[in-house]
Amino acid sequence: MRDLTHNLKDSAAVAFVAFLLFGPFIGLQLGDSDSGNLTLSTRPELLAIAVGLTFIARMLMLLWHDHRPRKPPKLQVAEAIRKSGKLIAPALLVCAIGLPLIPGIANFYIDLGVLIMTYVMLGWGLNIVVGLAGLLDLGYVAFYAVGAYSFALLSQDFNLGFWECLPISGLLAACWGVFLGFPVLRLRGDYLAIVTLAFGEIIRLVITNWVSLTGGPNGIYDIPHPTLFGLTFSMAGGPGTFSDFFHVDPTPQQRTTYLYYIILALALLTNWVTLRLRRQPLGRAWEALREDEIACRSLGINLRNTKLTAFAIGAMFGGFAGCFFATRQAFISPDSFTFIESATVLAIVVLGGAGSQLGVALAAMVMIGIPALLQDLQIYRMLIFGIALVTIMVVRPRGFISTRRPTVSLGKTKIIGAEMVSEGRG
Amino acid sequence: MAYALQQLVNGITLGMIYGLIAVGYTMVYGIIGMINFAHGDVFMVGAFVGIIVLTALAGVTSVPLGILVALILSAALCGLYGFSIERVAYRPLRGSFRLAPLISAIGMSILLENYVQVSQGALERAIPEAIPGGITLMDENGFIVQLSWMQMAIVVVTLVTLGIFTYIVTKTPLGRAMRAVEQDAKMAALLGIDTNRTISYTFVIGSALAAVAGVMFLLYYGVIDFYIGFNAGIKAFTAAVLGGIGSLPGAVLGGLLIGLIEAFWSGYATVAYKDVAVYSILAIVLMFMPTGLLGRNEIEKV
Repeated sequence: MRDLTHNLKDSAAVAFVAFLLFGPFIGLQLGDSDSGNLTLSTRPELLAIAVGLTFIARMLMLLWHDHRPRKPPKLQVAEAIRKSGKLIAPALLVCAIGLPLIPGIANFYIDLGVLIMTYVMLGWGLNIVVGLAGLLDLGYVAFYAVGAYSFALLSQDFNLGFWECLPISGLLAACWGVFLGFPVLRLRGDYLAIVTLAFGEIIRLVITNWVSLTGGPNGIYDIPHPTLFGLTFSMAGGPGTFSDFFHVDPTPQQRTTYLYYIILALALLTNWVTLRLRRQPLGRAWEALREDEIACRSLGINLRNTKLTAFAIGAMFGGFAGCFFATRQAFISPDSFTFIESATVLAIVVLGGAGSQLGVALAAMVMIGIPALLQDLQIYRMLIFGIALVTIMVVRPRGFISTRRPTVSLGKTKIIGAEMVSEGRG
Repeated sequence: MAYALQQLVNGITLGMIYGLIAVGYTMVYGIIGMINFAHGDVFMVGAFVGIIVLTALAGVTSVPLGILVALILSAALCGLYGFSIERVAYRPLRGSFRLAPLISAIGMSILLENYVQVSQGALERAIPEAIPGGITLMDENGFIVQLSWMQMAIVVVTLVTLGIFTYIVTKTPLGRAMRAVEQDAKMAALLGIDTNRTISYTFVIGSALAAVAGVMFLLYYGVIDFYIGFNAGIKAFTAAVLGGIGSLPGAVLGGLLIGLIEAFWSGYATVAYKDVAVYSILAIVLMFMPTGLLGRNEIEKV
């Protein structure tokens, strides 16, 4: 227990550092003069506010540090989360299914639901690679892009619809997963991370520069929307549309709702496949690979096949999600497939507690839902995202749900504390 | 021939800048084994401090003095940035599982980019050429190979900075402590080395080097925006991995190689695909030499 003077001194020191750090950026501002030269203007009041806030924040942190309650026993909390998880998951599922059916719900919220679901699906897909197989992939967006562009190009050049292209997109993305997985079989950890990041960037750069095929930075327009057994969701009405067939007035909400259920089904498919695979030899091989690659090899597990299937299956779901993204937006360009997307999805997986399906879904809701609701704060949105990422990581390094039951065990299953398992070693 | 010489000159200049950033990556990786993803953004912050200082010094007539002040202030301030980043985002996660500091670093990178964007605007900022002119190395049928004063200044400043840095690492007690912590942090701590402080200094030095690179970048290209850190950061990290991460001479070598590859690819193939070339070469090198050019082979025990 430290006394007040110590806390004050400490906070003052932190505030002084903050003053130095913020000085040139918040206290000064670059501008253009009429003659085209750069000018500097000062903003002392803003700087004072920033430094003051830092002082207060540090003070509160120190007080919390001194007076926080003793640490509760970890396993009890873990057990409680696990038990409530059994209730939360079905409750969330019911909410997810019921969301568009709430009477009077604004189209905006259904659309937001579609966006969140897309990221839940991406998170679950990447979870196979990172959370289960422990391969750190920083270029997951590449497969998302492959899926999206496969559909966009097939629909543009061969007039294929969403439902024909969905499996093709997934298949192509899986092929790319194997193709890009081959060279990195021998790489581990951070080397693997940087090469996958490089592959993600290469695919984006090729899409940007191969103008004759992909339209380059201008992207591809007029990608068809999905149809319901041949019925379109055209706003104009007329024969062959959903509204005409069911004799209801066409609203934009019908299409959004349809899209919502498609992505919900795709996400649940991803989840179901993952849960089933975890109980099969392949899933167990992935988890063994994550825990210890050498032990895994000495037990006769084929590392090459295990890694490649993880890449391929993860990529396939990324491809499905990409295909869905293209049909939802009706327009895609390379700008949608930057590294920040990979980082967001990876952040969702890690924040969710790598390996936990429920955690990933919760993390996607927090990471995507909250920034989307902050639309008014447009320029501060990503700033807040960055701050939140660092804060959550520092407070809960293992993610929201940081315990896991072993899939196989001898005798009574025991829950493992978070410290016992290692994810993402690669 | 003349054209190749010109690309060589450009490539070495660019490679020097990458090398300076790469040293920061490789140092941090060597000492705590994490990818400091925010390092590229510290480079960007350095460039911005440089432009702010140069604007504030607009009345000073002596250009070299202005540049020197900008370099020193930028290095000092970025050192403080590096120190604070480590304290806030990485130290609480030390000993945590591997992905946590990486995500925290990605968050820090997003945070820094948007902090500069919000506070200084998203526009590109340009300064006039600081040192115009140069010397003509060769004149082949009207194609003039130019070595500008700026390029020479960049090479000289980089070499001086790397010289100081090498001296610190090899000759001072701090450098010895850094090397000890890099080899075995626990043993170093048992022998009375304050590992936390050593790691802090590592961040300070790495960030100061990135700041020097940032100011050089600003002076060389004359245009910066808040987003330059991402691309430069990835390329510098590529350079560090190419040279063998953890190896300091490797980082500089890797930086030079990346700079040369980029310059020659832009000169002889297509500018649009120069980054693709860099990343492909990274992948190919790692495929056949998974620990890079000068990296140590890690022996694994079960």
